[in-house]
Amino acid sequence: MVPFLRLYFSVLAMTVSTVAAANTLGDPEAGKKVFAKCKGCHQVGEGARNRIGPHLNGLFGRPAAGLKEFTYSKSIQRAGSSGLEWHAETLDAFLENPRSYASGTRMSFRGLKSPEDRHNVIAYLRLFSDDPANIPEADPTATATDHDIDQAILAIQGDPEYGAYLSSECTTCHQADGGDAGIPSIVLWPEDEFVVAMHAYKTKQRNHPVMQMIAGRLNDEEIAALAAYFNSLDN
Amino acid sequence: MKMNRRIFLGKTAVATAAVAAPMVLADGHAKPRVVVVGGGAGGATAARYIAKDSKGEIDVTLIEPTRTYYTCFFSNLYLGGFKEIEDIGHSYGGLAAGGVNVVHDWAVGVDRDAKTVSLAGGGNVKYDKLILSPGIDFVDMAVPGWDISAQNAMPHAYKAGSQTELLKAQLMAMPEGGTFAMVAPTNPYRCPPGPYERVSMVAHYLKANNPTAKIIVADPKPKFSKMALFQEGWANHYEGMIDWIGEDFGGGNVSVDPAAMTVTIDGEETKVDVCNVIPAMKAGRIAEIAGVTDGNWAPVNAADMSTKADPDIYVLGDASQQGDMPKSGFSANSQAKVCANAVRGALTGSKVFPAKFSNTCWSLIETNDGVKVGATYEATPEKIAKVDGFISQTGESADLRKATYEESEGWYSGITADMFG
Ligand SMILES: Cc1cc2nc3c(=O)[nH]c(=O)nc-3n(C[C@H](O)[C@H](O)[C@H](O)COP(=O)(O)OP(=O)(O)OC[C@H]3O[C@@H](n4cnc5c(N)ncnc54)[C@H](O)[C@@H]3O)c2cc1C
Repeated sequence: MVPFLRLYFSVLAMTVSTVAAANTLGDPEAGKKVFAKCKGCHQVGEGARNRIGPHLNGLFGRPAAGLKEFTYSKSIQRAGSSGLEWHAETLDAFLENPRSYASGTRMSFRGLKSPEDRHNVIAYLRLFSDDPANIPEADPTATATDHDIDQAILAIQGDPEYGAYLSSECTTCHQADGGDAGIPSIVLWPEDEFVVAMHAYKTKQRNHPVMQMIAGRLNDEEIAALAAYFNSLDN
Repeated sequence: MKMNRRIFLGKTAVATAAVAAPMVLADGHAKPRVVVVGGGAGGATAARYIAKDSKGEIDVTLIEPTRTYYTCFFSNLYLGGFKEIEDIGHSYGGLAAGGVNVVHDWAVGVDRDAKTVSLAGGGNVKYDKLILSPGIDFVDMAVPGWDISAQNAMPHAYKAGSQTELLKAQLMAMPEGGTFAMVAPTNPYRCPPGPYERVSMVAHYLKANNPTAKIIVADPKPKFSKMALFQEGWANHYEGMIDWIGEDFGGGNVSVDPAAMTVTIDGEETKVDVCNVIPAMKAGRIAEIAGVTDGNWAPVNAADMSTKADPDIYVLGDASQQGDMPKSGFSANSQAKVCANAVRGALTGSKVFPAKFSNTCWSLIETNDGVKVGATYEATPEKIAKVDGFISQTGESADLRKATYEESEGWYSGITADMFG
């Protein structure tokens, strides 16, 4: 085995595992109550219009100072032209302390110190932006399970049945019979090379958005299970 | 648009691999029975995976009326002249060889107490688990003036096959400098970028064969998937040919007259040569007949695609209401594998692994100018939720766009082999 792989597996052995979790952004119902604090200036939902502050429909994915019909502070305009977009994570930082995130914003609000309040109000606001079912590129509505510390999956390590199940995601694009027009074949690929390649996608050293996305949510054990499964097909 | 990869942790739900206890079977039949209705992207995949992975332990029957399934995916490429109709047709021989009992008939009824599906040709099929993947039907009178009896004058071509061939023939017969109109659908509908890929492919055909012709699109939506990419492509490749009229300009205020071949958009009537009406959609009728729909679609549990209405009936693909996944062939195929794993677990006690879903939609704008949008999804207690994603960027190099198109060709071979064996 190459040294890189040895290092990689020893790190793996030390990983402390916790319970797997698929995470919603927060509780929109609770967020609606938090939004009462914002309502004096901002409208959201059907028929929302700009008031003291801009309306918040379609907020997710919008650049800061992104509404033509609203006059923003210089500070927010600058942030927008230097690339700030509103997503769950930027909103979280902004709402914690608006004045320190964008000094000079006209939003005279102390901020929401409680992370839970912020998550809930963000989950509530997310309801009024594009739905990924209709606009697939719209912002996520949940955060990924942290697959690297996923105990349930670690517990089934090396399970060839699990490798087979996981491989069904690959065969949507990669032909099981090894055909390679347009999309490379992954059949009969040496196990160690497979592991290195998947790890390189996961860490974004190899450049392909689909593979980065797919590999990004496979933990090290899952990659190993897949490698073992594909390898077992040769014999 | 830039996508954010990590957000933060909020409410949590635990996902684990579970070993299911096999369910008790009806009437002492030796083997558990799965009936799948609809042999498309969802149904064919589910039938194939259950038969393949249960290694004969489960009886799998697939009910599908047509002998050749024409994929909607790549049907726009057929309109553009990049594919022949045979290239997108698939038969069910591979599934039959793989142990699936393929019955060419319509399912017309579901008796949930007796657990039987009745067929148009007569007779009933018993099930322990029923998987419905019937695709879509159209909402009546969604576009004033159009109903299904007008589909020859104004084709939808949103179920592939004869409708697609008809639209192509009408496109080819357009007079010089004529007008091609499209009435785009309201959300949600199958394949969010589909109508706009179609506009691109029609423009590609006209540019070569009828360059003074025009395309008008009446759209009830203010925006659509990959909008910036399509608009960039239309300006680069088909300048002045395409007039997209969105909601803001009255695109939703539309009616048609199939006899007169006119389209009226926001009060202005236009005589057109071809009119592609893509009406609002709902779940394929059999889902409603089975009583598992709520409104237009069938709500399902994200972890296994079982319906909220009946734990022994699963709905896949376009007909389901699952949350954030777009209605696409890729999504239906992805959901089918999660469902197959869960159904096998319930019937034979095999291991049930955590649900993982993904989708990528490629679109072709012009020769070798391919773009894509993709995402991964996970099951939360409420829905299938989007957790990560990407989209092609405007201004990408010609090489990258060509590679993206070639990838879509590879995907097509991959998914059709995955569905039909
Ligand atoms: C123009 C166009 C382009 C598209 N491009 C893409 C693309 O590039 N990528 C992508 O991923 N998706 C694409 N799609 C979407 C894709 O085709 C659908 O999302 C997918 O086919 C859905 O799968 P399904 O199993 O839900 O339904 P379908 O594939 O439609 O299958 C349903 C099947 O059920 C059968 N059926 C219906 N009722 C009954 C009944 N009562 N009894 C028995 N059988 C029945 C039908 O005959 C049909 O074969 C496109 C769609 C269109 C219209």
